[in-house]
Amino acid sequence: MAGGKEIKSKIGSINNTRKITSAMEKVAVSKMRRAQERVAASRPYAEGMRKVIGNMAGGNLDYRHPYMVERETGTVGYIIISTDRGLCGGLNSNEFKRVVQELKDWKDQGVSTEFALIGNKATAFFRRFGGKVLAQQAGSGEHPKLADIIGTVQVMLKAFLEGRIDRLYLVYNQFVNTMKQEPTIEQLLPLPTHDAPKRKYKWDYIYEPKPEPIIDMLMDRYIESLVYQGLVENAACEHAARMVAMKAATDNAGNLMDELKLVYNKARQAAITQELSEIVAGAAAVG
Amino acid sequence: MAMTVQLDVVSAEEKIFSGLVESIQVTGSEGELGVLPFHTPFLTTMKPGMIRVVKQFGEEHFIYVAGGVLEVQPDCITVLADVAIRAEDLDEQAALDAQKSAKEAMKHASADFDYAEAAAQLAEAIAQLQLIRKLRKVK
Repeated sequence: MAGGKEIKSKIGSINNTRKITSAMEKVAVSKMRRAQERVAASRPYAEGMRKVIGNMAGGNLDYRHPYMVERETGTVGYIIISTDRGLCGGLNSNEFKRVVQELKDWKDQGVSTEFALIGNKATAFFRRFGGKVLAQQAGSGEHPKLADIIGTVQVMLKAFLEGRIDRLYLVYNQFVNTMKQEPTIEQLLPLPTHDAPKRKYKWDYIYEPKPEPIIDMLMDRYIESLVYQGLVENAACEHAARMVAMKAATDNAGNLMDELKLVYNKARQAAITQELSEIVAGAAAVG
Repeated sequence: MAMTVQLDVVSAEEKIFSGLVESIQVTGSEGELGVLPFHTPFLTTMKPGMIRVVKQFGEEHFIYVAGGVLEVQPDCITVLADVAIRAEDLDEQAALDAQKSAKEAMKHASADFDYAEAAAQLAEAIAQLQLIRKLRKVK
């Protein structure tokens, strides 16, 4: 029986792989659901922030926060959110492709770039790609916390305040639906100005003790919450992409097993036929 | 029936409380303050501590927050709560860690003892203790 045994062991190993991928798929499904809940839970905070900042902009304050001021662009900062682990299809590579394209545009304009990286995959990519990395952070795990990103964001905000970067962008994957994740580049700083809400009569907050420290604090929190939202959204994308990738892998393994089974059966039949004809030939020779 | 106002307590990670309240009491940066319905628009920062909420029909409720911002409008109150204690030097430390991590890139930053972090944890613990004590008194 030529190759019968080898084919059989190959089927066995593919079957084992299939079990793993199908388990990973199921895990990804439940994790995705939880990640989506987290995305929804983080929204009210950012909305509340946006409302307060909008109201402040509608008041008549002399103070203009440095985050609101446009400057000439000499250096651009990027906060790039990626996953910590692989096996999630083209999620990270699509994202990096988008970034690289943008970087080329900046380079053509003579603008230099600096990065803050979140997630192992981004770190690995930019180690190969090169570039000035100001901050890096990984291992936020299944339940990303706001506290995880404070340091990274702080580095970039400080760089902006000190004039080392003139713009700050956030790169992450946006969750469109389970099948579709869109790499997104969003401008964080200077804050894109929203139109102040129209009001029937003019009012302004009473600030206690003074407007400046409150506004400073709010702005930092707001940027952090945007980055955090990006992080949780990216996590939801990761699980969705992994789910799809693992489903494809499971299906492929199934197809491969079917094909191999066919080959195995053919080989088995050929061997039986051969044995039979040998016996018949032997019997004829004796008889 | 007492007048009520909509209160939302949210943090970056979750929605903590949402509902109608008769009054709330918080620890602002300038001291304790109470807010009733139809308060003038008001914005202040909060210290780590608790929020005492009197819900509609007089039921008391305590929420612990680790600081944040209190926004008051005549028809709604929003508490934008921090998820953890924040301090200037702590944030600084986090930033330094991220930078160090960038330099090392593949190695994990060592988790060595840190005075600022310990001090903030202590402040948080004390605030939580106070809350527990107050809750006991209520019972």
